[in-house]
Amino acid sequence: MEQNKREGVTLWYPSASGDRGGTWLLAVLGLVAIGVPVFNQLVPVSSATHLSVFGITLIGKYLCYGMLALAIDLIWGYCGILSLGHAAFFALGGYAMGMYLMRQIGSRGVYGDPILPDFMVFLNWKSLPWFWHGFNHFPFALAMMVVAPGLLAFVFGWFAFRSRVTGVYFSIITQALTYALMLAFFRNDMGFGGNNGFTDFKDILGFDLHSDSTHVVLLVVTAVALAGSYLACRTIVESRAGRVMHAIRDAESRTRFLGYPVESFKVWIFVFSAVVAGIAGALYVPQIGIINPGEFAPINSIEAVIWVAVGGRGTLYGAIAGAVLVNYAKTYLTGAFPEVWLFALGALFVLVTLFLPRGIVGLVQARVKDK
Amino acid sequence: MKRLLRGAQWLLPLLALWAVLPATAQSPNDATFLSTLGELREASYSDKENIVERLSQSGHPSGRAVLTALLEDRLYFRNSDQKVFIVKTAGEDPLSLIDPLTLKSAGSTAADQLTQIGTNNGLRRVLRMALAHFGLASPDASVRLDAVREMMQSLDEPTVALLRHQMAVEKDSSVKKEIATGLALAALDGTDTKARLQAIATLKDSVSQDVRNRLALLLDKSPDGGFVETNEQVRRAAATAVASIDRSRAFYSGIETLFFGLSLGSVLVLIAMGLAITFGVMGVINMAHGELMMLGAYTTYLVQVAMPGHIGISILAAIPAAFVIAGLTGVLMERTIIRFLYGRPLETLLATFGVSLILQQSVRSIFSALNRSVVTPDWMSGSLRLNDALAITYNRLYIVIFTLIVFAVVMLVLRRTRIGLDIRAVSQNRAMAKAMGIRTEWVDAMTFGLGSGIAGVAGVALSQLTNVGPNLGQAYIIDSFLVVVFGGVGNLWGSLIGGMSMGIFNKLLEPYAGAVLAKIFVLVALILFIQIRPRGLFPPAGRASEDK
Repeated sequence: MEQNKREGVTLWYPSASGDRGGTWLLAVLGLVAIGVPVFNQLVPVSSATHLSVFGITLIGKYLCYGMLALAIDLIWGYCGILSLGHAAFFALGGYAMGMYLMRQIGSRGVYGDPILPDFMVFLNWKSLPWFWHGFNHFPFALAMMVVAPGLLAFVFGWFAFRSRVTGVYFSIITQALTYALMLAFFRNDMGFGGNNGFTDFKDILGFDLHSDSTHVVLLVVTAVALAGSYLACRTIVESRAGRVMHAIRDAESRTRFLGYPVESFKVWIFVFSAVVAGIAGALYVPQIGIINPGEFAPINSIEAVIWVAVGGRGTLYGAIAGAVLVNYAKTYLTGAFPEVWLFALGALFVLVTLFLPRGIVGLVQARVKDK
Repeated sequence: MKRLLRGAQWLLPLLALWAVLPATAQSPNDATFLSTLGELREASYSDKENIVERLSQSGHPSGRAVLTALLEDRLYFRNSDQKVFIVKTAGEDPLSLIDPLTLKSAGSTAADQLTQIGTNNGLRRVLRMALAHFGLASPDASVRLDAVREMMQSLDEPTVALLRHQMAVEKDSSVKKEIATGLALAALDGTDTKARLQAIATLKDSVSQDVRNRLALLLDKSPDGGFVETNEQVRRAAATAVASIDRSRAFYSGIETLFFGLSLGSVLVLIAMGLAITFGVMGVINMAHGELMMLGAYTTYLVQVAMPGHIGISILAAIPAAFVIAGLTGVLMERTIIRFLYGRPLETLLATFGVSLILQQSVRSIFSALNRSVVTPDWMSGSLRLNDALAITYNRLYIVIFTLIVFAVVMLVLRRTRIGLDIRAVSQNRAMAKAMGIRTEWVDAMTFGLGSGIAGVAGVALSQLTNVGPNLGQAYIIDSFLVVVFGGVGNLWGSLIGGMSMGIFNKLLEPYAGAVLAKIFVLVALILFIQIRPRGLFPPAGRASEDK
């Protein structure tokens, strides 16, 4: 295995000799996609092994977060771009899905208006704002889940990378970006429901969002989407373009002098990553049942980065594992010892950066090597 | 109003005499004063107005105290012997009494043994006017000024006469100016065109909203379409005057906005200064910077709790305390975490973010998630009134001054002291500094401690502006990072100029866009600015700045 030593952290280049972590990941995802329907639908409710909707929602949430972590790892681990605003793309995808779901409510809302969502009636709006048109059609909404985060990433990335905003500067302005979006979405007159956001969804594509089977299907879709995005990311990093990305990560100026259009590579990988994050958000919303501007909070983005760091930066599957593990710990700790959670998360940040620069995957790999 | 006029008319000459010649006033007759006072008990409100006028005319030395008490609902009579008393503080039980004649304490009586002498709006107006007349005689210019302002509320003939008299003897220029405005306002109602034009000319220089509105009345149209004011010359002069007042008011409100911007900018600079040192000089992104400020704010709270009798001094005492506490926390952070991560800015960012979470939760566990109240000392509350259109609150003014002082001190430390020299040497060329025998490790710790200490000092200032709670740090941290990036990393002057201009830009936008949108605009503008100058207003120069 080739190694590159930079910034005191050893990052592995992808190797042609198989992708064991990825194989494991796909196997686990396959198990989830098969196991969840079995344990929910076939095992009777009375049985101890029955999986409740709550459990499914939780797993679905972890998988969506895993996808967000995957998106961050793609740019941070392989291209050296640390975005502290990636949750903004996640939230944008979520909002696009939320708008579709809001339109699906139709006249079943509290105010019973066939066109306007409840919050617009409440704000005394007379007609649908222009950007809400078309969201009653699923294909359009689906396109927007990809286009909205992708477009923002393109515009932002194009401006930022073209003027060579790199490193911590880029991190800080991405943070400012998500902060600005949060402030904007909190405003009622933006037309996105203000601080309440969207909730109280009824159904998706005609399927009732309160039924078990819809949740099962959504979870399977999420698992498939995660597997698909993993394979796509893996393909990218193993490709020739992936090689250039590594070069950019390790020596940006040198890559530029060698004649590669560094900015274009960065912009497109950033856009792709934002789209993956957007899809993750779009899958997240129908399962959780709510989206609000809190999703744009800078801390969410930073938390997502720590999932990647915990799992192992620059491995893709490690990022997903990190997201699931940290969030499982969060679910457990906020339930059992709410006081402890922030201490634990804070300590995790410190300890992982100090002692586990390559995350859990690095730890496991070191063990495997020793044997 | 008519009755007041009639009453005041015959009261005036005597009052004027009293006002001008207080020392030679005729020796007052206590008995007459007391019996007049006694009449207040059963008089109707209109009779009371009469009595008030007689009391103020009596020239008795306690007249003013009695009238003030009546205005403030502190004048009572005892049910048993019908004697009238001033009550020290209303609402107590028993009430402590003051003899209205001698103004000395007269024991105390249960509240239900006393009956309050009531007032109504009309009576209170008469009382205020009478007290304003007393005020004109005061040796204190600011009291006289208040009295004139009070009298301007209702400019009747006797008041105008009194003002005119005062004008002749008044020495203080600001009081004189106020009287001139009052007289001019009164002259507007006259019939002499020349006098009215002159009055308008005088009023043109005023910036008061009241004067503007009064002049604008001259331009009103009556329902039938014609002007209320028939004299065209007066109308034209009034129109010019209103425009001129509007212009100067707009000018002053511009200054006010600018000042608001400066004070917001000062807060940003204060916060960014610490960051400029840790981020700029050391290249360390300290995400816990906001939490170090929070520690400073909580230190202020603790210092106030520790010295409850000295709120005024406690703020000053809190400054060094906050510096030490936040500084020590910073040194501890540097020694235990950050020094292992030099050269890896992204990892440092994450680790310090972890520290920020731990600090936040510690404070939440110790002090609860609720906000703590930090008292604003008296010398920081209130506002400095420059003229009718411009008033500057003291706390904002002090924040600006405080920021400049801290900035100067930090500059001095960096430029004129040994440690400052060391800090600059290490930041410019670590290896060379080390070769020269500078203990770079120690300098790193001190630099980080200095930056953190400044954050603590900023926390003291913030405790006066916002709620002191566990989330205090997060509210400003993104803004202040942007200030540093905007100003140019590692450049204190850049932070100063960047912070101030961001604050002013924000406040200039606010009236048009609202607070939230203004903030969004500033963020977007900064993101765009970074496109043009990726390394800020004053980019760091030299090889060391590359690839940091």
